[in-house]
Amino acid sequence: MSLLLEFAKKHLTPEVKHPDFKAGDTVTVYYKIKEGEKERTQLFSGVVIQRKNERATASFTVRKISNSIGVERIFPVVSPYIEKIEVTKVGKVRRAKLFYLRDLTGKAARIKEKIVAKEGATV
Amino acid sequence: MSGLIGKKIGMTSFFDASGKYVPCTVIEAGPCVVTQVKTKDHDGYEALQLSFDEKKEKHTSTAMKGHFEKAKTTPKRKAIEFKHFEAAKNLGDVLTVDTIFAEGDFVDVVGTSKGKGFQGVVKRHGFSGVGHANKSHGQHDRERAPGSLGASSEPARVFKGMRMAGRMGGDRVKTQNLTVVKIIAEKNLLIVKGSIAGAKGSYVTIEK
Repeated sequence: MSLLLEFAKKHLTPEVKHPDFKAGDTVTVYYKIKEGEKERTQLFSGVVIQRKNERATASFTVRKISNSIGVERIFPVVSPYIEKIEVTKVGKVRRAKLFYLRDLTGKAARIKEKIVAKEGATV
Repeated sequence: MSGLIGKKIGMTSFFDASGKYVPCTVIEAGPCVVTQVKTKDHDGYEALQLSFDEKKEKHTSTAMKGHFEKAKTTPKRKAIEFKHFEAAKNLGDVLTVDTIFAEGDFVDVVGTSKGKGFQGVVKRHGFSGVGHANKSHGQHDRERAPGSLGASSEPARVFKGMRMAGRMGGDRVKTQNLTVVKIIAEKNLLIVKGSIAGAKGSYVTIEK
């Protein structure tokens, strides 16, 4: 991509700090919703099935099963409406895009958890 | 009117102050040099010729070298005339984005649309076609055909301007009233809301 376009993108979008996560991880997104004057935070938690990285237009897709119906939501990473992102589980997966999860339900749709040491823990 | 010559860099999007996701086009606009001032006495009409984009001297013809030397500038790739240019400019003046445009301005951008090649009437003129997926109305192999071109023995000819298949794209397209979202003076970048015609790297003119 053109260097000038990269420069313009950096100029337009402030840098956002979110924890590192990748496809297969389970995350909770705290999403601010405006209703007229009021503002409240809505939680959306599920498995990240893809990340698209292109700084200004980077996004990630979270999939969850709600009342036995699969729901997917795409969040722009730089969205000012994202209050915070919590990584609740680190998954062990073998590919970057987990679209195969759409065809699986119940036990088959589980993802192996990767056991990671907590920060500051001694082994 | 005032304007500049620029180059389309590409598109991106960002969240503005009110939290809206805004699609925008990045244009490298200027710096442009005034390479000719046409006057009513000398040329029969008033106009200003601006030039943009550096060019190697070895790729420039001797005639053009002389033309640019008159304005005391280096050879340029693109020269475009602007009529009714606000504020009389002198030969050799350099115009930059931040002097001509301001954030919040409305500008018109002229570009050359991408060539689409030889296209049928459905794509070229928006004819609706027949049947489509289900191939209804008895059609099985002519869903995108133009249909009848007119009546029979009276007028016994096809009217001029009948919309038919042919070359599409590569036209001059002006997109009007685009908001200037941001100006980055250090890199000569102009960012406008929405899309403009043409491929990345193609020349455009921005008018105010």
